Amino acid sequence: MSKRIYLDHSATTPVKPEVVTAMLPYFTEIFGNPSSIHGFGQDARNSVSTSREVIAKFINASADELYFTGGGSESDNWAIRGVAHAYKAKGNHIITSTIEHHAVLHTCEALEKEGFEVTYLPVDADGKIDLAALEAAIKETTTLITIMAINNEIGTIQPIAEIGALAKSKNVLFHTDAVQALGNIALDVKSMNIDLMSMSSHKIYGPKGVGALYIKKGVKIKNLIEGGAQERKRRAGTENVPGIVGFAKAVEISSETFEAHVNHLTVLRDRLMKGILEQVPYVKLNGHPTDRHPGNVNVCFEFIEGESLLLSLDLVGIAGSSGSACTSGSLDPSHVLMAIGLIHEIAHGSLRLTIGDSTTEEEVDYTIEKLIEIVARLRSYSPLFDKFKLQGGTN
Amino acid sequence: MLYTEKVMDHFTNPRNVGEIENPDGVGEVGNAKCGDIMRIYLRIEGDVISDVKFKTFGCGSAIASSSVSTEMIKGKTIEEALALTNQQVVTELGGLPMVKIHCSVLAEQAIKMAIYDYAKKNGKEYKGLANFNPNDDSDHHDHGDEEEH
Repeated sequence: MSKRIYLDHSATTPVKPEVVTAMLPYFTEIFGNPSSIHGFGQDARNSVSTSREVIAKFINASADELYFTGGGSESDNWAIRGVAHAYKAKGNHIITSTIEHHAVLHTCEALEKEGFEVTYLPVDADGKIDLAALEAAIKETTTLITIMAINNEIGTIQPIAEIGALAKSKNVLFHTDAVQALGNIALDVKSMNIDLMSMSSHKIYGPKGVGALYIKKGVKIKNLIEGGAQERKRRAGTENVPGIVGFAKAVEISSETFEAHVNHLTVLRDRLMKGILEQVPYVKLNGHPTDRHPGNVNVCFEFIEGESLLLSLDLVGIAGSSGSACTSGSLDPSHVLMAIGLIHEIAHGSLRLTIGDSTTEEEVDYTIEKLIEIVARLRSYSPLFDKFKLQGGTN
Repeated sequence: MLYTEKVMDHFTNPRNVGEIENPDGVGEVGNAKCGDIMRIYLRIEGDVISDVKFKTFGCGSAIASSSVSTEMIKGKTIEEALALTNQQVVTELGGLPMVKIHCSVLAEQAIKMAIYDYAKKNGKEYKGLANFNPNDDSDHHDHGDEEEH
């Protein structure tokens, strides 16, 4: 295998060299604990403050509304659990969707066991929630709506500004998991009426193990991690200073190159999508055709199974991911593919390819070429394809 | 690497993939809902499996298990083929991850199902089919138990 092609940028991204360069001094020279009063500590503290300002500005928030965490999952856990408990006197009802990340869904399920009531809004075949259904679900006891900005599997973008406006008019708090959205669509917490927003560094070419939660001024939240006065007494633990500095550098680059980045991804995404849909028979696009993550392609190939597809792609150097049961370690395919109404047989043959800044047109074309071969080969082994042909199957 | 070299070899170059026209026995196990289906075709001459082919919808280890098990029964007598266990398939593949053990169970069952089909059509009885229930595919669904292997 001569080349390796990485098309799994929604899983994680390579850290940009400029980000690594920005981080390096914070391991060895500016290594102080930001809580210390000596110069070592204060130098580190100043860098954390500057980083906070950079990231806050990118989402149109104030620096004192941004809290660093250990990543997107922690931000989701904290936002939902923290708000649910802080507003318990007002009500015990939370609204979410069936296609959220497990960091949201499992937190909601845990809260249900504690006595909270959760409404899981269904989505349509494109993965969009219905605003009228959301409005109808809001009741006196509703304290929080948590709906992700962009789905991590199928790439569908939700009407975040409309949800925010609705939540505000009903006096309900709105949290959004923006882990896939940050840097890929414009996010403005003020104009979109977002009260809490989860973000992650490693999805935007920053380091792993660091994220942030935006908490609008005035929103009450219970702490998730106790043990110190860091993050204005809301999130204990010595700050991951190199991680925070790297996160801020990644945001700075993202902010400076936003249009070019989105354009690059969109052009290649559309080329890959068109190539697959036009050149591979019996394939279906998952997610919204246009309101989707600029780098996300998610398709189902009929009559074949996703894990064997991923293995075959890996053998020719192409890295992707799948929502098939065999890759999840359970009997069921991904909850997202089930929620958009796919039958098991089809969902097992899913493939997600996500484009990034370093992806080239040649890589996309090579991927299409290899996919045509691999899908045909796996179908030649498939008893399902035989049955389909016997039935005189047409598309 | 998730799989052994042997599994990858059988996955990338599967032996005996295809169909047999007018086979003497056919067996299909698994279902599309669970993500794997195996179908085995047999040509039987006298008491010997002279040819065997398979078609499989499933993950890499399902395809490799089908391939290696067809190799293991080709040229063997029917009773020898019925004696094949899923553990022998796993061993021949140099091991399978715990969660993939069910693929080897499917291979064992598909072979038994194909021989059962042949026995039924030809009014034959085999010792190795004494405890075989063609309607029972619980082994396949019960992943919990398989992980204890």
